[in-house]
Amino acid sequence: MMALTSTDMKGPAAMTLAAPEPGRLAPLLAMLWRDKFASCAALILLVTVFAALIGPAFLTEAATTMNLRARNAPPFEMARGLAYILGGDSLGRGILPRIIVATQNTMMIAASAVLSSLVIGTVLGLIAGYRGGWVGDVILRLTDILMSFPSLLLAMVVLYVFDPSIGNVIFVLALTRIPIYLRTTRAEVLEVRTRMFVTAALVAGAGPLRIILRHILPIIAPTLLTIATLDFAFVMLAEASLSFLGLGVQAPEVTWGVMVAEGRNYLANAWWLAFWPGLAITLVTMSLNLLSNWLRVVTDPVQRWRLERRMPSNG
Amino acid sequence: MTGFLGKRMLWSAGSLIGLVILVFFMARLTGSPADLYLPIDAPNEMREEFARLHGFDLPLWQQFANFLRDLLVFDFGDSLRQGRPAVDLVLEALPTTLLLAFWSIGIALMVAVITGALAAWRPNGIFDRIATLLSLIGASLPNFWVAIVGVLVFAVQLRWVPTSGTGTVVQWVLPVAVLAIRPCGLIVQVARSTMISVLSAPYVKTAEAKGVPRRAIIFVHALRNAMLPVITVAGDQAAGIINGAVIVETIFGFPGVGRLMIDSISYRDFAVIQAGVMITAIAIFLLNVLIDIAYALLDPRTRAA
Repeated sequence: MMALTSTDMKGPAAMTLAAPEPGRLAPLLAMLWRDKFASCAALILLVTVFAALIGPAFLTEAATTMNLRARNAPPFEMARGLAYILGGDSLGRGILPRIIVATQNTMMIAASAVLSSLVIGTVLGLIAGYRGGWVGDVILRLTDILMSFPSLLLAMVVLYVFDPSIGNVIFVLALTRIPIYLRTTRAEVLEVRTRMFVTAALVAGAGPLRIILRHILPIIAPTLLTIATLDFAFVMLAEASLSFLGLGVQAPEVTWGVMVAEGRNYLANAWWLAFWPGLAITLVTMSLNLLSNWLRVVTDPVQRWRLERRMPSNG
Repeated sequence: MTGFLGKRMLWSAGSLIGLVILVFFMARLTGSPADLYLPIDAPNEMREEFARLHGFDLPLWQQFANFLRDLLVFDFGDSLRQGRPAVDLVLEALPTTLLLAFWSIGIALMVAVITGALAAWRPNGIFDRIATLLSLIGASLPNFWVAIVGVLVFAVQLRWVPTSGTGTVVQWVLPVAVLAIRPCGLIVQVARSTMISVLSAPYVKTAEAKGVPRRAIIFVHALRNAMLPVITVAGDQAAGIINGAVIVETIFGFPGVGRLMIDSISYRDFAVIQAGVMITAIAIFLLNVLIDIAYALLDPRTRAA
């Protein structure tokens, strides 16, 4: 699940567009290395994925031990040890280990939401686009209603009706993002299905399932994956906003958004409580945006030369 | 164009009806208001009296029928919490939110279009690279974090602006700035990429061949044609603010629609929720009409449709 966040995303997206042989990966990495901002972004995302995978296993104890003498301890004081380098929270827990442990929940929620909306949206979009007819119409009308409903309001109402558990937060976030994938898939399918190779496959006697899976899906997959990368950042922000309003995941479960919300009451005398987890959110969303922008340039044949041409002169 | 508008209106009316039905039932799913407004040990007669007073004792379909009937004369009933017509409450909150949207999107548009056009002047030049990087950063900053840091730096540390309130102009600076950052980043990206593609159009080449200065080509010939996608994105962002500037309104204590809505949901104030959703939906519909008119003014080709 975690793999969806960053590095693996560029694998399929780039591979489908470039030639499929494995030898293409090395030049791609070389190109990434040349763009320093994109490299930094990739590095940040790698660290985040790493923290999400192994953080809770090693640091849960450090993140939950309360040290009442370190309540709201200011950051950058080595006296209390490395765990308190970013300061202590209102219950005297170290902020740094808490951020690392919270990475898993934060990433897991966003990844699950993006993955479910991607899958559901794509399947419904394929049906609406390929089959059309009244089924397609109904799907599209329902999407319209879903889209005209303010997504934050939808989330608020659903989380009032059901309890704000992790599962429900994922459900709400996924629900509000489905229309994006659905509409994109449908629009692309409508265009792709008129192309010559689809007609050729039809004439050759391929069934609908084969045409969709072998001929249409590979064409639209890069677009959908690019949207998913950007959406990952968006969903992270939405989760944090919900937590901030007290409607997201509830304590003792912790995400970065929950930490920001907790710190909000101490803004005047202990700014670091809300600042650091907010910075973590900012860095990850920024990295996702930077990397997907880079990916867009790399996978776009029209713009790709900009990165390639610089290679000989710089290297 | 009127035919086009008419079709759109029918269309929007359709989704508005769906929206209204959804809101009515979803709001009622959140639980009975009686539990919130009456003391826990309230006797049954008191609960029945409360339900009868507000029409909650009727069967759900009857409540819905009454709701639709009142809707025809734009009556959403009274707020449970404040005992005043729900529409009045929403209409009082609306100007604050609309002004927030107007100023932040207006400023974002001005800054972003100029930046985007200058960035497209020399693609991949130094200005372009800085602008692209900054716009990417701007587009990924979380609102609440920027707001918190903004309050911390400008209100708590420097004391240039007050932390909350809406009384004076200075109090609007921080919220508007916070709301403008993300749209600004997004619009720069769109403006830049459309400008680059517009600049390779035949009429730009013609102008170049005639010896029109580069500055005039960018700001007179190309910009007008690059405005369409820019307006689409700006409209989307404005709709987003009208729908839910909840966070910024909460942090800065602005009495806008977003805050009214979240308060109403937590107080089970159904009338206000319904009025709020309906009125913001209408505001967004009107915004979309304005955008369509702007399209028609900018691009003669869309007038025919």
